[in-house]
Amino acid sequence: MTTIDTHVTTAPADAGAERGSAGVVAWITTTDHKRLGRMYIVASLLALLGVATVGLLLGLERADTSTDLIDAGAVSQLFSAYRVGLTFCVLVPLLLGVATAIVPLQVGARSLAFPRLAAAGFYAWLIGSGIVIGAIAANGGPGGGDSRMVALFLVAHILLLVGLLAGAASVATTILTTRAPGMNMRRVPLFSWSALVGALGLLLALPVLVGALVYVYIDYRYGRGGFGGNKGIMTWIGFGFTQPLTFVYAVPVFGFAVEVIAVASGRRMPMRGVVFTGIGLIGVTALSGISQQVFSVPANLLYGSFRAFLEVFVPYALFNLLPVLGGFIVIAVGAKALSSGRPRFTAPLVFGLTGALLVFAGMVANAVYLVGDAHLGGTVFEEGVWLSMGYGALLAALGATAYWGPKLWGRSMPDMPLVGIALLGFVGAALASVPLYVAGFADQPADAASFDYSGPQELWNWVSAAGHALMVLTVLAFIGLALRAFTGGPSAGDDPWDAQTLEWATSSPPPADNFAEIHTVASAEPLLDLKPLDTQRSDA
Amino acid sequence: MLSLPAAPAPAPRRQVFVGTALACAAGTTLVGGMLAMWMRFRDDALSITGGTWVPKGVVIPGVATNVMLIAFLPICVFAQWAVYAARRDDRPNTALALALVALLGLAVINGQVFVYSQMNLAAAGGAFNSMFYAVTGTFVLLTIIGMGFSGIAAFRFLGGRTADREIVSAHAMYWYFLSVAYAALWFVVYVTK
Repeated sequence: MTTIDTHVTTAPADAGAERGSAGVVAWITTTDHKRLGRMYIVASLLALLGVATVGLLLGLERADTSTDLIDAGAVSQLFSAYRVGLTFCVLVPLLLGVATAIVPLQVGARSLAFPRLAAAGFYAWLIGSGIVIGAIAANGGPGGGDSRMVALFLVAHILLLVGLLAGAASVATTILTTRAPGMNMRRVPLFSWSALVGALGLLLALPVLVGALVYVYIDYRYGRGGFGGNKGIMTWIGFGFTQPLTFVYAVPVFGFAVEVIAVASGRRMPMRGVVFTGIGLIGVTALSGISQQVFSVPANLLYGSFRAFLEVFVPYALFNLLPVLGGFIVIAVGAKALSSGRPRFTAPLVFGLTGALLVFAGMVANAVYLVGDAHLGGTVFEEGVWLSMGYGALLAALGATAYWGPKLWGRSMPDMPLVGIALLGFVGAALASVPLYVAGFADQPADAASFDYSGPQELWNWVSAAGHALMVLTVLAFIGLALRAFTGGPSAGDDPWDAQTLEWATSSPPPADNFAEIHTVASAEPLLDLKPLDTQRSDA
Repeated sequence: MLSLPAAPAPAPRRQVFVGTALACAAGTTLVGGMLAMWMRFRDDALSITGGTWVPKGVVIPGVATNVMLIAFLPICVFAQWAVYAARRDDRPNTALALALVALLGLAVINGQVFVYSQMNLAAAGGAFNSMFYAVTGTFVLLTIIGMGFSGIAAFRFLGGRTADREIVSAHAMYWYFLSVAYAALWFVVYVTK
């Protein structure tokens, strides 16, 4: 038997040896997955502030159609910037950053696979994101008026995606090849499994978007003969920012939710195989990215021919109903785990539950949206779906930062204020998205700031704008609390959540090589195996 | 204090092989997606009465494109030869096989440049023109990456890391992927005009 508490023999990586310029250089040139993950998280949260502000501006612009906050020509660009920003500058990198930092620790690895590739990927994403945002601000991006900036946007977008692909490849390879002895795939922690499914989804779907961008760039740069110039860009790359492909980006949300449910209930997660299957079913939506199509279905399909049923319903069900089934399975098993115990309602649990529920609501709404006879195409209903998914995933990512922050920074965030922030975020996300569902049924057009329709348009759009404002508040409050807690908060201890997986078996923050020794695990909850039964909450 | 049993030395990881497999999967969807868009544009162009896809006066040099396709056969053989030799710690044969793969990769790129020069196609001439350069240019980039892979595999193996056979296997897999990708590209772009 050997100790797994490694901080006795190995100095933590952040022990303070690196100060001043040497410290900056060490951070910039790092290949340590924990630092890379934290850089992803911090950069994504900073980008999130800007993106949430754009969302608020657009919400206000739609709420009050009598005054123009934004120049009419810039509205469509801002809608595009909002989509690109929230999807590829915030959501995907934030979840990828958490995975980069945590997955090697969870699977008992000393480091990330291909750490230099992951570092290069981070900088490719960071530089690409900066140029994308800069190009849009300088009248580029989809629908932009400055042709050089539009071309720059396209190239930078490719760079950004290549960076994310590099990160996803590192995470997936880590899970597939560097697990601790005894950790077969069935014993992989739930979050790591979802990270694997999400990373594989990115690796299969994003190259198709890269290919489309290459076509659009070459066409835009040299002739504009086939892809519609600046106005046609979103036609060809829009599938990367819309449902159902966006569900692939949110797969780790469900892994995080069930992970914190198991920890909060103090029990082993029941029916792990079923949960794995549910998460895998959500990952099937990656195929929708490969097909580059959105499959809708008419309501009267049952009265048509069997061939029409096969041609129309099967792809619709594959890409839109399977994720709903997968999400339902995960949530149902999670609910069973919660109800069979007496869980502690910690802030990460509230973040995880609310995030997963919002994403699931988006999945269900998307299935409705694509029923042709609902006549929701071209309305803001789709934006409501996207916001449910995006803000839900965002809440879960904030929860993941709060949950694993003590491990990465060695300090804890206060739980009660965090619960308040989580609930504020949930209310904000619901207010931002649900009114758009209603407005969609009243035929409010999508991506337009001025419109006229029969519904009480001011009410729904004001409520939605208020939701965006609450999300900005949520993000600001979270960043403020995280800054204060992670720089001067109380020491977290090695296992502050009484958790079950390997990352909590090492010191907080972990040493450079994560573990002093590689260990053999005998179950999916190796830490729980070691705890005396009377300390486990089996009384529940 | 919590404790777990210490593990024996970890088994061989095959990280490079798995990572290359993932890269090949990503490359497959990249090329596949581009070819799918190509076919869609082609079908749209031909669905118009009297419509054409290949611009008038543009002749695709079939011999060069066929020779490029044929070149991938020895590339696959040489890549597998490198794996065979590496397993027997036969450094001269491994080096020779890897060098031949890279050389034939260079020949493929040369063939593509020849196709460009013979077609004399302006990039600004329409959808076919820009898409042709986009899809073939992407393939050239993938081939250059393959040549770099050959170089890295050769230097690592010849540098004394003879136990590092995995990278030679991964290298072979990447060239198999390129061969399949080019076969698809050849059929879609050069044959079904």
